[in-house]
Amino acid sequence: MSSTVESVARPSPGTRTARSVAWWQRRSTRQRALKAVATLIAALFAVAVLFPVVWMISTSLKTTDQTAAIPIIWVPIPPQWHNYIDALTAEDFGLFFRNTAIITVGSLIGTVLSSSLAAFGFARLRAPGRNFLFILVLSTLMLPAPVTIVPRFILFTKLHWINTFLPLIVPAWFGGGAFNVFLLRQFFMTVPREMDEAARIDGAGFFQIYWRIMLPMSLPALGIVCIFHFIYAWNDFFEPLIFLNNNNVWTVAIGLAGFTAAYGGTAWNLLMAASLVAMLPCVLLFFVAQRYFVQGVVITGVKG
Amino acid sequence: MATSTTSTTPLPARRRSHLARQEAIAFYLFVAPWIIGFLVFTAGPVVASAYLSLTQYDIANPPVFIGLGNYVALARDPLFWKSLSVTTSYAILALPLGLVASIALALLLNLRLPGLSIWRTIYYLPSVTSGVAVALLWQWIFQPTFGLLNVVLYQVFHVVGPQWLYDSNWVIPAFVIMSLWSVGGSMLIYLGGLQNIPTQLYEAAEIDGAGAWARLWHITLPMLTPVILFNLILGIIGVFSYFTNAYVMTQGGPNYASYFYLLALYQNAFEFLKMGVASAQAWIFFVIVLVLTIITLKSANYWVYYEGKIE
Repeated sequence: MSSTVESVARPSPGTRTARSVAWWQRRSTRQRALKAVATLIAALFAVAVLFPVVWMISTSLKTTDQTAAIPIIWVPIPPQWHNYIDALTAEDFGLFFRNTAIITVGSLIGTVLSSSLAAFGFARLRAPGRNFLFILVLSTLMLPAPVTIVPRFILFTKLHWINTFLPLIVPAWFGGGAFNVFLLRQFFMTVPREMDEAARIDGAGFFQIYWRIMLPMSLPALGIVCIFHFIYAWNDFFEPLIFLNNNNVWTVAIGLAGFTAAYGGTAWNLLMAASLVAMLPCVLLFFVAQRYFVQGVVITGVKG
Repeated sequence: MATSTTSTTPLPARRRSHLARQEAIAFYLFVAPWIIGFLVFTAGPVVASAYLSLTQYDIANPPVFIGLGNYVALARDPLFWKSLSVTTSYAILALPLGLVASIALALLLNLRLPGLSIWRTIYYLPSVTSGVAVALLWQWIFQPTFGLLNVVLYQVFHVVGPQWLYDSNWVIPAFVIMSLWSVGGSMLIYLGGLQNIPTQLYEAAEIDGAGAWARLWHITLPMLTPVILFNLILGIIGVFSYFTNAYVMTQGGPNYASYFYLLALYQNAFEFLKMGVASAQAWIFFVIVLVLTIITLKSANYWVYYEGKIE
């Protein structure tokens, strides 16, 4: 609407002969066209991302015959809602959900506590060897967990922890991940020191400063740690696969993989129903706490 | 780092050192859980796996020292080389494509498009649903006859699609396509990086008459290089840790065409109980990742641009 006004008022730099430029070469028109094309591409990619998800939902509501129909039946009528009940009762998914919840929450609390304790030490307390230890923390980022899986398996075997949740919970209480320590330390350093000093004058010890001041002041950062750990623990497959062999301690991920082994290649409707339910907690969390996700990714990726 | 308390009220030297000692003790108490965890679950296992890699060990019987036997055996094992070549070929395809796609998407969203937060949400969604459920979804998508991909290829483009996961030439491209679906995670990182670039740089360039391409090539990409470096290193580690999809979707097949490195390690350790060989594989894994990371970091001098202030 204001394209003509704009191009007169503010001739585009680089074109000294602004008056002789045709309308489609004008800056505002071109910019608007560019934006329209860009939005179209963005929308196309969004469709490409969502397409599989829509197909997944559609498949989960089909009869077995309908899953093999060409052309694709997008809206199965009537929707086979009982697929969800069939899928979730084919194996003891209720138990798997409970197991996964125990592991996720148990390791989550440990992760938040132990990583924030260490982060507080690194951010606030001076001691000989502190810098060396901090470099050690950062260097463990370069050490992928699978590298140490064999000795850890042997250790947990000797401790008789295989087929219990302990190998998946206890380590989280001792360390909480270098990434989280680093993230929380960076956040703690932005909390003004005057807060600590005021508390110390009132007679607070270091632990009280950590517990009463630092943690409440850092809820956004703690939220980020919680969310990323939840997603990680809920979806983790490699370690539960190794540490949990009896199906009474299986997690949802292991249960799903076992389910495929039994029904793979045929009952795609049931597999998709079970997979959707398995994804649901993380997707819900994502929509509820979206802001934290965006912040968390940017903080860890850009400033890390 | 000097605090203001000491300057306002000068304390006697002994009292000050007492406080410093108290603070140091508190530091070690706060960090104690991390130190214990590091020793028991990280440093200990690293040393143990170095020793185990020199032994023959099946857990039931005590380890037998065999020197470099496991490494020699691996060097002669065609499956070990196969797992390395599978992992490498996936990395060569997936890492550059993922890099270009995620930067392109970030640049797109950075144009302040209408509906920015909606696009961002949709693109990021696949990243929160990783794991077995996603592997199953894609196994179904790549299903040769009724799978979404081949049905769309045939109905829209009249192309008969390949057998994907059942064809040793197409299984790696299939995993690469799948990886592009969740490119939104790194896109978000690059988007954050883009928004950190000071706008004065663009304004100055525009005054100098730089066009859109010149600005992209001489400002945007150089300013993004630290983020690219970070993602590249994480990507290298990720490729060597690639496991769930291969385990669930192909079990390394067909004919070992998707026999990823970690899958090979897993099978040796937990299916064949060759803990010594698996430890040797873990050490080779560690050394490869370390060397690649060092090469990437060293090469950073030539292509990564650090603005003075970045720590």
